[in-house]
Amino acid sequence: MLNTLKNRFEQGCKTNNYPKEKPAVFERYRGKPEINKDASLEIIEMCANACPQDAIDKDLKKIDMGRCLFCGTCERVSNGKFVTFTGDFEISTSQRADLLTDGDLPALAEHSKQHFKKLFGRSLQLRQVSAAGCNSCEADLNVLATPFFDLARFGINFVASPRHSDAIVVTGPVSRNMKTALLQTYEATPDPKAVIAVGSCTISGGPFLGSPEITEGLDTILPVDLFIPGCPPHPLTNLHALLSFFK
Amino acid sequence: MTNAFLEISNGEKIERKQIPHLSFNDFHKNILNIVEGGGKVVQYFGYKDDDSSIKFMAVLRTDKLLVTGCDASESYPSLAKTCEPFHMFEREIAEQFGIKPEGHPWLRMVRYHPNYQNKPDVFGNDYKEDIPGNYDYYKVDGDEIHEVAVGPVHAGVIEPGHFRFNCIGERVLHLEIQLGYQHRGVENLLHNVEAKRLPILAENIAGDTTIGHSLCMAQAVEALTSTKVDKGAKIIRTIALELERLANHIGDCGALSGDVAFLPPANYFGRLRGDFLNLSLLVCGNRFGKGLVRPGGVRFNMDDGIRATMNERLDELIPQVTHVLELLFSTPTVRARFEDCGRVSNFDADKLGLVGPAGRASGIGYDARREFPTEHYDKIDIPENKKPSGDVYARAKVRYDEIIQSMKIVRSLINTPIETECVNTSNFDLPASSFAVTVNEGWRGEVSHAVLTDKNGKILKYKVKDPSFHNWNGLAMALRDTGISDFPLNNKSFNLSYCGFDL
Repeated sequence: MLNTLKNRFEQGCKTNNYPKEKPAVFERYRGKPEINKDASLEIIEMCANACPQDAIDKDLKKIDMGRCLFCGTCERVSNGKFVTFTGDFEISTSQRADLLTDGDLPALAEHSKQHFKKLFGRSLQLRQVSAAGCNSCEADLNVLATPFFDLARFGINFVASPRHSDAIVVTGPVSRNMKTALLQTYEATPDPKAVIAVGSCTISGGPFLGSPEITEGLDTILPVDLFIPGCPPHPLTNLHALLSFFK
Repeated sequence: MTNAFLEISNGEKIERKQIPHLSFNDFHKNILNIVEGGGKVVQYFGYKDDDSSIKFMAVLRTDKLLVTGCDASESYPSLAKTCEPFHMFEREIAEQFGIKPEGHPWLRMVRYHPNYQNKPDVFGNDYKEDIPGNYDYYKVDGDEIHEVAVGPVHAGVIEPGHFRFNCIGERVLHLEIQLGYQHRGVENLLHNVEAKRLPILAENIAGDTTIGHSLCMAQAVEALTSTKVDKGAKIIRTIALELERLANHIGDCGALSGDVAFLPPANYFGRLRGDFLNLSLLVCGNRFGKGLVRPGGVRFNMDDGIRATMNERLDELIPQVTHVLELLFSTPTVRARFEDCGRVSNFDADKLGLVGPAGRASGIGYDARREFPTEHYDKIDIPENKKPSGDVYARAKVRYDEIIQSMKIVRSLINTPIETECVNTSNFDLPASSFAVTVNEGWRGEVSHAVLTDKNGKILKYKVKDPSFHNWNGLAMALRDTGISDFPLNNKSFNLSYCGFDL
């Protein structure tokens, strides 16, 4: 008992103060990309060719955060002359098209489905479906339940059954073998419901683009309300998305 | 034996013509010889050669790595019939190439996909239909026998898989685990994508083993292209692999604590795990180490500032982790639940070929960091962490010991300046008709990649093996004669990868 109490004192209170204060993230973290529109064509082309995900649109001078894995290759090859990744983790959108960006993102809180805020603003129950992928999106969703993030303080929980949930959170590129299970889970969720796509796999196929075993974009099979990009999205990215969209 | 196998080193470039090519009978006989003498299977796979013929290749380990090959026929007598560790490998070959192992004790699908040869399906499946779940599970008959089916969508935020329990009352007689839901076609992508995508794919085979799989790929490519890696990069990669081990082991200890309803460590470890993920982010900008390892070295240095910050963080974290571990292991109710639960005997573990902490908990000392050291491991003293009891307690205790050791390793490696030339572009010009196999001790155990190139230097076969490929049967074995309510605890004590298995 004494040992338990001693540990309790040593641990202290570790819960962060987000959204009132933004917790510090280490400097090398790669968040929202910013584009220098004045970069020379040559440099833009070099970045586009080096990108393992072909996420850079040379003509529009934009980067598709839905395909991007935030590996930072473009920033490195161009020495930051075309793309730089900032420390800003608030990068989610309500429209797939908005992920193709030059660094300007619409304010997520002003999305077109404001009625969700009234419905789910005080209590939001989420059912997560892991549909292929690599398990790191799952890991960084799980972490939201730990004391540092403490998702439950916002009235948001992950629940065991789709019958109890208001939204499904999908991770992974929806393999052929998981498609039916995913669609059945969606069907089992009562209306009104929201669909949240977490991670570049879910949004575009991510690293598995081109495989016949996967679905390139959850929005091709389900109506997606919230897109959270990253590989995986930082837990704070997830938290920002959930709070801005539903609160 | 001298002619039947070629002795190779971990991460050594071999010309394919040096690898013995036996008749199937000799292949079969010699492999069984080694395995019956205590050898283990590292890799066993089929591939389509330059001339379109299908061949088999096996990499075994004793205290050395041994490789050999043969021609595949339409069917062949199963090795799994006498030697269990081949069980899953033969199922995989049957699924990929439509070649039947005759007499295989449990010939079933692995990942539900048509074979690559357009041959009739060995399992009689029609893949135009949606077939996961259409699987003939092992059945137990009798009065009061019942089945419990779980998955693929589980109750928590975890990966999909199907678990079928055959029970009498609450006692589990048999558990069958059927995966394949996470199959993304990783190996076929590795054969076909542009070189720039290769390291990205390796990082995403299993996100919790990003460094383990990235190292296997990087070392294989470095071996084949004769690329040298500087000392600093080797140290940074070693730190990264140990940070990965720390984050996962700490997370597992927390989950184990949660599963026996002792909530303080569950919460503390949950948070502390995140702190260790953040140390990976400190180095490379990603909590899982994605973007760090590339053939030729690492993409990020560890300058004095990074080392100082990591040291500061460890000053705070190491005592906390140590104290919470002491709390967990000194609590009588925890010990009572961990001890004697889900025992896998040394005999069974050896027969199944368990690796990593699951193997060490059952008295199998194998640790690739000791036996086939890569990176900086030849200069680090890794203790033999084996335990005798084979229960949940032993699997937790292996993690306890490894957490303490890994914290010491990281601490000692960051105490001196680390200098490396960061890698921006890697050399992927692979030589023709060559072969390399790499082995690393990821946090779950032996991760291995094997690469074969064709006569034009293109990748002919890229074989990935996650330690989970060996260990899922260990979990099934642990559940035998165990209460079904102890499944979550046992499952966490193995904490295996679904996506690493499903590829």
